[in-house]
Amino acid sequence: MNLIISTISQGFIWAIMAIGLYITFRILDFPDMTVEGSFPLGAATAVIMIQHGYSPELALLVAFIFGSLAGFATAFMYTKLHIPSLLAGILTMTALYSVNLRILGKANMSLTKPDNIFNRYGLDKLPVNFNGIILGIIIIAIITFLLIVFLNTEKGQAVIATGDNETMAASMGINTTMMKFIGIMVSNGIVALTGGLIAQQNGFADVNMGIGSIVIGLSAIIIGEVIYPDVPLSIRIITIVIGSIVYRLILMIVLQLGFNTNDLKLISAIILALCLALPTIRAQFFQAFRNGVKSK
Amino acid sequence: MKSLLTIDNAVKTIYNDNQNLNILDGINLSINPQDFIVVLGTNGAGKSTLLDAITGANTLTSGKILLNDEDITQKNLAKRSRYISRVYQDPKLGTSPRMTVAENLLLAKRRGLPRRLRLRRLNDHMEQFKEFTKDLPTLDNRLNTFTEKLSGGQRQTLSFLMAIIQRPELLLLDEHTAALDPQTSQELMELTNKVILEKKLTCLMVTHNLTEAVKYGNRLIVLKKGKIVLDLDKEAKSKLKEQDLLEYF
Repeated sequence: MNLIISTISQGFIWAIMAIGLYITFRILDFPDMTVEGSFPLGAATAVIMIQHGYSPELALLVAFIFGSLAGFATAFMYTKLHIPSLLAGILTMTALYSVNLRILGKANMSLTKPDNIFNRYGLDKLPVNFNGIILGIIIIAIITFLLIVFLNTEKGQAVIATGDNETMAASMGINTTMMKFIGIMVSNGIVALTGGLIAQQNGFADVNMGIGSIVIGLSAIIIGEVIYPDVPLSIRIITIVIGSIVYRLILMIVLQLGFNTNDLKLISAIILALCLALPTIRAQFFQAFRNGVKSK
Repeated sequence: MKSLLTIDNAVKTIYNDNQNLNILDGINLSINPQDFIVVLGTNGAGKSTLLDAITGANTLTSGKILLNDEDITQKNLAKRSRYISRVYQDPKLGTSPRMTVAENLLLAKRRGLPRRLRLRRLNDHMEQFKEFTKDLPTLDNRLNTFTEKLSGGQRQTLSFLMAIIQRPELLLLDEHTAALDPQTSQELMELTNKVILEKKLTCLMVTHNLTEAVKYGNRLIVLKKGKIVLDLDKEAKSKLKEQDLLEYF
């Protein structure tokens, strides 16, 4: 039971990152590899700040700001230097590896100070792993509220329109470059914030902890979309949270079946590939089923 | 009459196959208020490049564009969109598929205006949008439908409505009925003509369709290899027959 609660707790925290990724991946239609660098950037920033005596909340805020700056770098290369989107993200991600090493001073650092956001506000009095669930729900609720309000503003609608149809958005006088900056920066800010949270939950930051994070985020989004297609944005964010928990549970079940933990990334990639292929497989299955019924 | 838009010796040169090629080759054009100009030409004649130059999607190699005597040549697309709207040939290019019809119309209502960090208040505009679409059987009662669920004709009708909801000083139609089936194309063209005449809009319509070129508008221009090779006023155009235009193709 503890394992399941721990898995759900992780699902909630990682869902925050998936919501950030959703902004670039789905709203802006921008495949952003920056997240693999901004995630450990947030972790490194949070850990080093807490180690230097700053509050965990301030550490998370600074992690968000640093993540946004990483997004700024990618958006700048993409919009101003016309570097293709994937490459711009990969360049920032690569550069951030060195930046993260500079921040931490070494490849990884443990949180030796006991103070972190998971044992504040009475969260430490909750049963094991429930602090992650409660904190995750609170942060998701705040981010979801802010995101939905923002996307219902004139500026938010302009961001959606830019991702949806850039030609139309530009012809409506929308500054599409500015909208891309906003979307990519906010997205990476949220991803870095999650990095800061995961580092506090795990008690360490590692420059390599971003590897595969994009797969985790995308899995949550895709599983949510496969389970609940065609829902409005506010519901979509809830489906991402569900997707994130389901993904973690699938991973847990796979590992419980005795697979080697070294194969975790391979298994993660296979799960995502299956989820991405599921709509096609489902359509072909139903087509074959219908053909079978007709032939009878 | 004072000209609304003046294009002065517009040249657009591209480098192609190791040589410079003039897509627009010294275009001079004066558009008066309430003109409904039909622009005809073969593929590669420079029609879309001309529209791109007017909207600011493309910059001229040389020449000037004046709107109400103001030089807008250096103004970007966003700034020009306040005055100039455009409907594209592809129905998918003019609308936002993941937004509803009403959301698209609201987006268009603020064409060219700054997008502020304030709530969009969609419900405040619904009555106006209902009124706006009530005579259009294709879009009536579909304000809350996502645009991606609409047919090509419905999307193009919406694109047209978006282009005129905030009265443009100049409306550009870029073969906007070409991608539709004959009946839908005819219906949209009739709607276009009716709205342009009723609202006294100034319009530049690009088409390949000789019937449309003869039937609609009060002026006809034929473009060939980046030059205006024929410019007929209302009277001359009224005597024109479709076969008279065949020599330009």
